[in-house]
Amino acid sequence: MSSLRFVIVSWKLQFKMIMRSPFDGFGNVLYPLFFATTAFLVFRAGTSPRTLIYASLGAAVMGMWSSVSTSAGSAMQRERWWGTLELLVAAPRHFSLIMFPATLGLATVGIYNLVATLLWGHFVFGIPLIVEHPLLFGLSVVGTVLAFGGLGLLFAVSFVRFRAAWVLGNFFEYPVWLICGFLVPLALLPAWVRPFSWVLAPTWGMNAIRESALGGSPLADLLVCLGLGAAYVAFGVLVTDRVLRDARARGSLSLT
Amino acid sequence: MIVAARIFVIGGVTSFRGLWYWLTPWIYVPTMLIAPIFQILLFAYIGRSAGLESDKFYLIGNALQYASIPCLFAMAQMIGGERYQNTLSAILVSPAPRIPLFFGRSLPVVLNGAFVAAFSLCVGALILNVHLPASSFAPLALVILVAAFSCTGLGLVNAAASLRIRENAVLSNVIFGFLLIFTGANVPLDDLPDWMSTAAQGMPFTHAIEAARLLADGASLADVRGLIGAELLVGAIYGIAGYALLRWFEILSRRNASLERS
Repeated sequence: MSSLRFVIVSWKLQFKMIMRSPFDGFGNVLYPLFFATTAFLVFRAGTSPRTLIYASLGAAVMGMWSSVSTSAGSAMQRERWWGTLELLVAAPRHFSLIMFPATLGLATVGIYNLVATLLWGHFVFGIPLIVEHPLLFGLSVVGTVLAFGGLGLLFAVSFVRFRAAWVLGNFFEYPVWLICGFLVPLALLPAWVRPFSWVLAPTWGMNAIRESALGGSPLADLLVCLGLGAAYVAFGVLVTDRVLRDARARGSLSLT
Repeated sequence: MIVAARIFVIGGVTSFRGLWYWLTPWIYVPTMLIAPIFQILLFAYIGRSAGLESDKFYLIGNALQYASIPCLFAMAQMIGGERYQNTLSAILVSPAPRIPLFFGRSLPVVLNGAFVAAFSLCVGALILNVHLPASSFAPLALVILVAAFSCTGLGLVNAAASLRIRENAVLSNVIFGFLLIFTGANVPLDDLPDWMSTAAQGMPFTHAIEAARLLADGASLADVRGLIGAELLVGAIYGIAGYALLRWFEILSRRNASLERS
């Protein structure tokens, strides 16, 4: 119970800090809108039977992913720059429990991203806002955010040994946009790409959000998404232990 | 004259190396060489999904447009990096003539931007199996160089804005986004709203991308000389405007004591 309270309080604090950051709170929301606009224009000009609603939902989740990928990779690095990393590592709480609210906060900004993209598509491109199953849609969004937060945690702790952690975070933005079916159906991608898509929670989160919005059955996709999110967190905890043990042994926690 | 040339060449190269000391292969390769390939693939597949244009269309559009990342960010870093290292005031208080000082710093940026675009074009063509005629290689290289020059002109405006704006990374991303939408990199200009395609005529890359597509389709350099000239003109206008803005903001910064604001 106290861990849950800790996560909620930390998440609120992190979220407030993110929303006051010009890069994370403003830039990360605005930047995917440019890609969404380009995608809307491409789909509007194209001849495919895939509708703008399809593109709108995909672009919205693209924005959610951007919030996580560009900043979660360097979440731990930021603590290092601020000089707070050692204090956090020395705190009695498990370090991954401290980092999770930070990446969850970034993923939460993704909800703002999702809403902004859907409204942008509606008011500028006249894309109807259709949500056939509002409750399931809400659950799918929350489940996707949690899974993104878990993946963000894995990124944050895995990249800590790299000085250029922020680059790796940026690096994963385009590939996930491409292979997780946001705007391109998986069937169009080469067959060897699909296993990579299947182990990425954004693929299933995207399916769940799209199915719930368009009247399908999102529960199976949502469960897989949450399952993968939980697996990322569990793996992140293991990686954290390993990374911190190494950092202590080598005296490299303050690596800059 | 010799002093100006020294500031232009040696100063420019030294500044580039000094400001980009952190640009190790660990950073350069993912951001400058791999990311553009994924941008090309993303839009090529979106194009296939939407049933709009060919892979060649997206390959050329995105390879050239991605040169905006090195050009815009490097030029913003010209001011932001100096400020971060507390050397901006030392540079601006020096009696060095400003034209070679600022434009010398632009030259490595142009060359780097052109390299990134050329690399993306070559690797993207191999991955997507797009055939480019051998006769188009040299003219394409020229067009890429002109595109990088043109965007670096806009980058100079971006650098000037960095004298007044703290968040130059956000600003650079915003400019990148506008170039992505407006320049015809991914959406044919005819399919854009009229006001957008009109605005695109005054932006870097628009004419270069069109010229590169024509060259890839077999046109000769003479056929696209008008487009190359237009791209050069756009770049020159931005370059002059950027220089004027830099001087103006420099004066304002002295007057308001805001040079070191960060």
